[in-house]
Amino acid sequence: MSQDELLQEVTATDYKYGFYTDIETDRMDAGLNEDVIRRISAKKMEPQWMTEWRLEAYRIWLEMVEPEWANVNYQKVNFQAISYYAAPVKKQINSLDEVDPELLKTFEKLGISLNEQKRLSGVAMDIIVDSVSVATTFKKTLAEKGVIFCSMSEAIQEHPELVKKYLGTVIPRTDNYYAALNSAVFTDGSFCYIPKGVRCPMELSTYFRINEANTGQFERTLLVADEGSFVSYLEGCTAPQRDENQLHAAVVELVALDHAEIKYSTVQNWYPGDAEGKGGVYNFVTKRGICEAYAKISWTQVETGSAVTWKYPSCILKGDYSIGEFYSVALTNHHQQADTGTKMIHLGRNTKSTIISKGISAGQSHNSYRGLVRMGPRAENSRNFSQCDSLLMGDRCGAHTFPYIEVKNSTARTEHEATTSKIGEDQIFYCQQRGLNMEAAIALIINGYAKDVLNQLPMEFAVEAQKLLAISLEGSVG
Amino acid sequence: MLEIRELHASIGDKEILRGVNLTVKPGEVHAIMGPNGSGKSTLSSVIAGREEYQVTSGDVLWDGKSILELAPEERAHLGLFLGFQYPVEIPGVSVSNFVKTALNAVRAARGEEALDASSMLKKMREALQLLEMDKGFLSRSLNEGFSGGEKKRNEIFQMAMLEPRLAILDETDSGLDIDALRIVAQGVNGLRSAKASFVVITHYQRLLDYIIPDVVHVLLNGRIVKVGDKSLAYALEERGYDWIKKEVE
Repeated sequence: MSQDELLQEVTATDYKYGFYTDIETDRMDAGLNEDVIRRISAKKMEPQWMTEWRLEAYRIWLEMVEPEWANVNYQKVNFQAISYYAAPVKKQINSLDEVDPELLKTFEKLGISLNEQKRLSGVAMDIIVDSVSVATTFKKTLAEKGVIFCSMSEAIQEHPELVKKYLGTVIPRTDNYYAALNSAVFTDGSFCYIPKGVRCPMELSTYFRINEANTGQFERTLLVADEGSFVSYLEGCTAPQRDENQLHAAVVELVALDHAEIKYSTVQNWYPGDAEGKGGVYNFVTKRGICEAYAKISWTQVETGSAVTWKYPSCILKGDYSIGEFYSVALTNHHQQADTGTKMIHLGRNTKSTIISKGISAGQSHNSYRGLVRMGPRAENSRNFSQCDSLLMGDRCGAHTFPYIEVKNSTARTEHEATTSKIGEDQIFYCQQRGLNMEAAIALIINGYAKDVLNQLPMEFAVEAQKLLAISLEGSVG
Repeated sequence: MLEIRELHASIGDKEILRGVNLTVKPGEVHAIMGPNGSGKSTLSSVIAGREEYQVTSGDVLWDGKSILELAPEERAHLGLFLGFQYPVEIPGVSVSNFVKTALNAVRAARGEEALDASSMLKKMREALQLLEMDKGFLSRSLNEGFSGGEKKRNEIFQMAMLEPRLAILDETDSGLDIDALRIVAQGVNGLRSAKASFVVITHYQRLLDYIIPDVVHVLLNGRIVKVGDKSLAYALEERGYDWIKKEVE
């Protein structure tokens, strides 16, 4: 087999999670205007201030222009063709027995059956299916510690003071086109509050899933870690196979108060489109955290899905001695396009940030790292270290790096390292000679390459991510 | 156990092996010597199953059966090991993880169970000892930042772990100082048995001071032109290859 055939075989793979769950949904007609927003707000029985907040966001959005600076090409979204609300009809869930059996089957196909998840290592999950939470477990254990972990809709009802205080403070409605849109039409998401000095007793986990055809998914997530607290949050995503592109524009805001630490891990494997580049999810996400003094936010992401990805989990290091970290593996295959990276905004003194980005491009895909490191005038003795590596498979894919560095304080230091490499025929042959077949060889090489990032993930997530990387590249799907 | 019959192989349009014959019996050590470009590395690559070489005629038999249609890993599963002249780096993959993955892949292919952690560790310790290597070696990234000597020792370490029936060592001695050479030879000699065979490919006679071959072959322009015992190696060392070239003509 020649190198080309080899790569052809290895990179030709089907999406494992392409199925559609047939559950009843309550769905709004396509289209967007103030009336639609009022109806969303009404359906969710929101207070007046929330409705006004959304309408204001909508008006801001109307004034904005869709951004085009990212290194991606795609068919523009028709915002009037999207339905902005879809909720499973059977909503009131008290136990797993009441969950739609079709839905449970879906989760089983994903290998994350709730029953299993419940038994497994104390992971509490807030599951979002088409914008509405249908099950939350382990709430009691969390409540004992004073931890609030619920859907955003519930938080608006039950904890309006917290939502009001923090919503939109890290990512204002004016931030960007998609953040404004999300602020106007978000239907659900997760809310989490860790009280002062509390170490969250378990990893909090949410599995998002886009299910209804043509339903834009606009989650809103807000995590607040009060002074001296710690939380580790896991977000995993899969979407069933669709021909039309689906828009996904989430907003995730993290607030780490003095001495608090937030670890936010994502494994994203939404439908990337087929081998010809047809279909797939548009993933235009805004994720940002703010660190007060001595606080730390660590983003870890493994991105293997979506047709177009546009995502920059960032940290504003506002407080002195605060720390920001970004660990990323982005894998693209076939015709996927990813423009992803981070922004580290150093405002406080003695702030520190680390960026480790590992891109893997296969097929005819394009993979870009885009990162900004900004040292503000007050950021004395602040440091950044960035490492951006690209791995290419075959000669039809592309890897791009766009690092931006701005330093306004002479005592601040930044370092940037970058490498580009190819999986060599030599490496594969070497592994084969030792008894590994080609797929095992590629999986081994890829996982070795991504090790620095995978090591940052919680154990069970790391195993899942390793498999996902292998599956995304292998010719046979298990 | 290995029999090569009238093997012709080429890369692109260029014929490199032009009728090689070689028979290796269980327990034997064969040395293949020859000047640069004589086809030594091509021979080892073809036996191991590298794709870019085309076998145009002849055959390679393993226990009497042709292995030319087998994938490289299938040949490895039979018990074929190639010690690389230039071992590749695999960043982020530790030596122990790599060897464990390889050994268990071979075992699985043979219908054997994966080795449990303590047996695996014990085996690794023994192999390390044989090669006078430190335990810290196991957690290093495979060949990354290794010195020339470390790379070659790592090859022999893997060989000791995989316990092949036939090991081809492709210029394992090149780039080694005398101490490393001694340790590598010690590793090979420690693995010699009535069942294990070796084909040692080398430029120089000096390795053969430590690994005493049963048969010495001289490869020239893609053909084995002379076969002898250990003394042939000394003759080559002393007189070079020109006299053989003349003899052949």
